Amino acid sequence: MTDPTPEPVVELRNGAVAIAGRPILRHIDLTVRSGEFVALMGANGSGKSTLVRALTGLWPLANGSLQLFGTPFGSFHDWRRVGFVPQRGGAASGVPASVWEVVASGRLTHRRLLRPLARADRAAIAEALDVVGLAHRSRESVSALSGGQQQRVLIARALAGDPELFFLDEPTAGVDLPNQQVLADTLATLSSRGATIVLVAHELGPMAPLIDRAVVMRDGRVAYDGPPLASEQVATAHLHEHELHEHGHHHHHAEPERHDHAPHIASPIEGDHR
Amino acid sequence: MSDYLDLLGLPFMQRAILAAVFTGLAAPAIGTYLVQRRMALMGDGIGHVAVTGVAIGLLTGASPTWTAVLVAIAGAIAIEVIRERGHANGDVALALLFYGGLAGGVLITGLANESGGRLNTYLFGSITTISVDDVLAVMVLAAVVVAICVGLAPQLFAVAQDQEFARVAGLNVRFYNLLVAVLAAVSVTVAMRTVGLLLVSALMVVPVATSQQLTRSFRTTLTAAMLLGTLASVGGLLLSAYLSAHARVAPGPTIVLLALAGFALAWPAGVLLRRRRRLRQPFPVVASAAHQTIDVHPHEHGDDCGHVAVPHGDHVDYVHDGHRHAAHGRHYDEH
Repeated sequence: MTDPTPEPVVELRNGAVAIAGRPILRHIDLTVRSGEFVALMGANGSGKSTLVRALTGLWPLANGSLQLFGTPFGSFHDWRRVGFVPQRGGAASGVPASVWEVVASGRLTHRRLLRPLARADRAAIAEALDVVGLAHRSRESVSALSGGQQQRVLIARALAGDPELFFLDEPTAGVDLPNQQVLADTLATLSSRGATIVLVAHELGPMAPLIDRAVVMRDGRVAYDGPPLASEQVATAHLHEHELHEHGHHHHHAEPERHDHAPHIASPIEGDHR
Repeated sequence: MSDYLDLLGLPFMQRAILAAVFTGLAAPAIGTYLVQRRMALMGDGIGHVAVTGVAIGLLTGASPTWTAVLVAIAGAIAIEVIRERGHANGDVALALLFYGGLAGGVLITGLANESGGRLNTYLFGSITTISVDDVLAVMVLAAVVVAICVGLAPQLFAVAQDQEFARVAGLNVRFYNLLVAVLAAVSVTVAMRTVGLLLVSALMVVPVATSQQLTRSFRTTLTAAMLLGTLASVGGLLLSAYLSAHARVAPGPTIVLLALAGFALAWPAGVLLRRRRRLRQPFPVVASAAHQTIDVHPHEHGDDCGHVAVPHGDHVDYVHDGHRHAAHGRHYDEH
């Protein structure tokens, strides 16, 4: 990571997502470079989860272009380089599944059809369980674990695939502080190994010191893209002047206090007519 | 007793046993994935649609087994498409399909001038009248279902467990969803001759429900369900053959009731097991509050003292009348 400008890993140009015909995300430009730790932040309904789902291809783009590792999304098949941790709820299902089995499904990107697990697969599964601190519970049913532990299982599943790029959708939502700390330690380990991490979070908690860059979403558009913010700044991020200069709107007013709880502004572009 | 052994030696009985073994293996194998997706009743829905397939076979003179396979596959794909489109009232749409299938089947059977009795052999099974051709069809189809369910288990498990994760892992989720639907349709027609279309779902779901009372992993659930399904279908067949000397006992319902009896036995055991596991789950280690000792404690806790022993950090707490007692030197602490 000594390269001054590492290559872009995720590159979204003028991205737009429409759900059932309604435009949700508009005009999103986002470039994530190799080794970066980016937090996608914003209020509920701001589009941060939709954005991460667009970046993984779970929502199709209505407009714009997406490249992963320099390859246009349509011809990208190298899924072993990508790890995804969906929002919680995916861990338990109608039939018991052991922690080990759920984590083992993270190796699918490395396995050929109809081949048994190789030694390297087993080693990767064991290591992933070790990193999240659940190796001693690998034989237990996932549904017997607490919510925070289930979240750690989902992270271990992504880890087992040994990816270079991680997308995590609200991994700390509804997770108690000790479990959040374990998650933060895990992410710190990954980041120090050179992984690129894109994290959706409502609140950063113990992960705050790890973030290189914050992207704040507001009403389906990027309202702020720059150095990490303190959590109380996120709600007023679009009022800070040192970003998005290309729009030519600067907000020097010393009156953002009234926006703290109920933001009145939909986006920086519309912010000028007051 | 020798009469019974003679009966088992007859060709129709041997065909029936073969059909029962293969059905008992295949139905719970695909049923496990249906239960995992919380679609336990899908087999029931396909079974209703397959009634129309059987009736078309009776009307056209084609083999009802094969027309049922085709119509059941079409119905299963329709169910899967409705599910994928995520209709808000998807279960209502499914219900329409079920009743359409059943009503269409009865209507077409009438048009074919066939008696209800002929249709009944498909609705409730008639494993003892199964022909050589049908046994071969059952064996081939069941072998295909089992081979795919076991061979593609890692992929099918991942897709059923978490579709979004599976898609980002590069799996063709739609293909695997349709594969499960088609396999379910095929196993419905496989089990049609054994337990009948209206009871098919029981053989797909009940062994799974039974085995997951006692299991903690997917693989053991799948294996145990296939084992229990085979036990139920062969056992039910043999039991009904044995009882038929005394009364008219149909094999199909006997198989289903035997499977349910297995569940009735496993369920209390599962409740006990889960309760035991919960009671013995370690207490979390938290920086403790004040050091509170117990004044007089005549009882000495130990391995066989009868109180539940729960790991708590580096020691053991004994659960005692709603308190947690931990040994500390010569006295016990309240934890």
